[in-house]
Amino acid sequence: MQDRLTVHTYESEHEATSTGLPNTKLAMWLFLASDCLLFGALITSYVVYRGRSVVPPYPKDVFDIPYTSVSSFVLLASSLTMVLALAAIQRGDLPRMRLWLLATAMLGLTFVGGQVYEFTTFYDEGLSLTTNVFGTTFYVLTGFHGTHVAIGILMLLSLVWLSFSGKIQQKDSMTVELVGLYWHFVDIVWIVIFTIVYLIPTGP
Amino acid sequence: MATVSVPTEGRSRGLLRRPTATTGFWSWITTVDHKKIGILYGVTAFLFFIVGGTEALLIRLQLAQPDQNILSPSIYNEVFTMHGITMVFLVVMPLSAAFINYLVPLMIGARDVAFPRLNAFSYWVFLLGGVFIYSSWLLGGAPNGGWFGYATNAVLDPTRGMTFYAIGLLIAGIASTVSAVNLAVTILNMRAPGMTLFRMPVFVWMSLVVQLLLAFSLPIITVALFELLFDRRFGTHFFDPVAGGDPVLWQHLFWLFGHPEVYILILPAMGIVSEILPVFARKPLFGYQFVVFSGIAIGFIGFGVWVHHMYAVGLGPIANTAFGISTMIIAIPTGVKIFNWLGTLWKGDLTFPTPMLFAVGFVAMFVIGGLSGVTHSVVPSDYQQTDTYYIVAHFHYVLVGGAIFGLFAGLYYWWPKVFGRMLNDTIGKVNFWLMLVGFNLTFGPMHILGLQGMPRRIQSYPAELGLAFWNLVSTIGAFMIALAVLVFIANVLVTQRKPKQMEADPWDARTLEWTTSSPPPEYNFEELPVVSSLDEAWHRKYAETEDGRVVPVPAGGSGTEVEHDGGHGDGIHMPSPSYFPVVASVGIFLLGYGVIFSWWLAAAGAVVLLFGLYGWALEPSAE
Repeated sequence: MQDRLTVHTYESEHEATSTGLPNTKLAMWLFLASDCLLFGALITSYVVYRGRSVVPPYPKDVFDIPYTSVSSFVLLASSLTMVLALAAIQRGDLPRMRLWLLATAMLGLTFVGGQVYEFTTFYDEGLSLTTNVFGTTFYVLTGFHGTHVAIGILMLLSLVWLSFSGKIQQKDSMTVELVGLYWHFVDIVWIVIFTIVYLIPTGP
Repeated sequence: MATVSVPTEGRSRGLLRRPTATTGFWSWITTVDHKKIGILYGVTAFLFFIVGGTEALLIRLQLAQPDQNILSPSIYNEVFTMHGITMVFLVVMPLSAAFINYLVPLMIGARDVAFPRLNAFSYWVFLLGGVFIYSSWLLGGAPNGGWFGYATNAVLDPTRGMTFYAIGLLIAGIASTVSAVNLAVTILNMRAPGMTLFRMPVFVWMSLVVQLLLAFSLPIITVALFELLFDRRFGTHFFDPVAGGDPVLWQHLFWLFGHPEVYILILPAMGIVSEILPVFARKPLFGYQFVVFSGIAIGFIGFGVWVHHMYAVGLGPIANTAFGISTMIIAIPTGVKIFNWLGTLWKGDLTFPTPMLFAVGFVAMFVIGGLSGVTHSVVPSDYQQTDTYYIVAHFHYVLVGGAIFGLFAGLYYWWPKVFGRMLNDTIGKVNFWLMLVGFNLTFGPMHILGLQGMPRRIQSYPAELGLAFWNLVSTIGAFMIALAVLVFIANVLVTQRKPKQMEADPWDARTLEWTTSSPPPEYNFEELPVVSSLDEAWHRKYAETEDGRVVPVPAGGSGTEVEHDGGHGDGIHMPSPSYFPVVASVGIFLLGYGVIFSWWLAAAGAVVLLFGLYGWALEPSAE
């Protein structure tokens, strides 16, 4: 009797749902789909203004493709460590999960640090947020992405912290999986941004 | 009401103890009950409706006679901008949200939404977003660039108004995005056993379409508003033509959101009307699947018509023609719905209590607004109508004659369910007829004024133009609408004095919410219903004989008996109230002011927000 009356209102993944997907996972997918449109509109703004700056510096004056390629590789590598972290908690290996979560966060931090360094260099070369439409669209687009990565790092470190106080255990692997979904999404978006902003050559 | 056990003695693990009040002030602040949140949405939206309506009356007073100067031109700009923002973002959207929040879990046989605390968070963020926008009157000028906030006008405006606009709408957008995800998950995931997608009431279907429209259109305006904010606050060049920026980008982004937004406003009302007409025609909805699929079609095509707001921009004949065609196409699923509603009424056993009057009024007024909308799709004709009162007439027929009539139909129809008291039908009929006549007097003449060339958004007009008569008629009509709203308030007050005595199913209705008591217990259903057909509640009450006649199921059959109070529901654990949704939303609120006034304030807001979110994550569940 008690079982039949139990509600499925809790934000829990252990209840039967109509689609079979846990509520939290479905919500994360919907949020990420929504976030696609956010980046879509930002990327569109960048593409629409490509080559329309009236004063230098232009993209070819500041971009250092090899440097950004390396930091992109670092970010993409963090998806691997994220997967390893999830695998670790699913088999109940908390120390290993902490290790891989920290590795993921460190790789993410390296990427964000690289972005800060890149921004500083560009700024020294005369490209600020207000210099021209390239500066405007470039900094806002990559800055939005960097903010997403930073929020992801915060969530990763929170997971590590929570695992020490017993709030993240094997049964909570869904939480790690959700943060992982977000993290992979942010990585994939970077592939698109890196390709469109850095790799596809622009005019003057 | 049965008191639901709230088994939390706040284990000290969380940042704050979980609140335990189930009645009184704090129970409303900390509630996570979808029904209480629905009522909060409704009350808040209605208060904003009074404010936005007052702004409309000021506009009509100013335009009642030629060459008046009741409102100065700059105040006039603020008033019509705030009227638009209020009615769109703070009235029709949250009033729809009130119905969706209250009814969707009941209609699909759930005990709450998927994420009750997120639901509370959405409400508080919306409320504080509204307060934020309105505080601009005191803090350096209200928004004055129209609800569409066109660049470069919005960028260059020297007052703080459009900064408040950008941040205020961003805050409101957070509320709507969160609630869209929450409610979409609720509808997809929390249906009672047997409640397949095609057994869901049309209102639930329309709610689902609206949530998906919100989820996919709000991020676009979020980007646009960020760009506007950056241009204004940090001197970027998104919409600065001198630096190579393009003001038309704003229009694209705005209307790429703005047109789906139109359907976000109207689809809930269409859902409400689709529930009401069958009940008072005593027939099933004609062509249920057509109504559902046309709603889905509207959702998809709604993303492909935005340029019809921009014909006069000069995007060229190809673009204008393509969007002209897509705009004519979207009239088809809308027309399908109209014919289905008419088919539902056809040969029905019609009765006309107030909800039915408003629902039929909706259909009639929406047809007029829809037809004038089709005239806009024709590009050369639209060139003539752009920025005239003809446009104002059109969208008020859709949004007042449509959305507001539909929402009033819903208020009268579900009032007994929500409050346990039936609104007075005679006063309701006075309310309806005053509103119908006043509405047509207000907005009918605007078609004529527009075709005579009266432009929108002007503060005054000279007497020689011969526009005075219809403007005066329109002003008189506006005051009739105001009177109708006062009659509604009087009705509410009169009803509130009556004893609370309402049967579960006063209308002999068709959907699951009517199988619970009025008002429903906190846990909605003592046992989750098992659904075996569309119009489940109806089929529990009536059966069909072999020769096709409908007969009532003998008393004691199933389903319709009220769940009596006291003693029941003890085993049902509802989620506990929480402080953190309010705390987190206050953080966002402070952050918003911080961006305008001081980075210290922004930092304080961020700290409050983080405290709220971490407290939220660490909060022990009540079990």
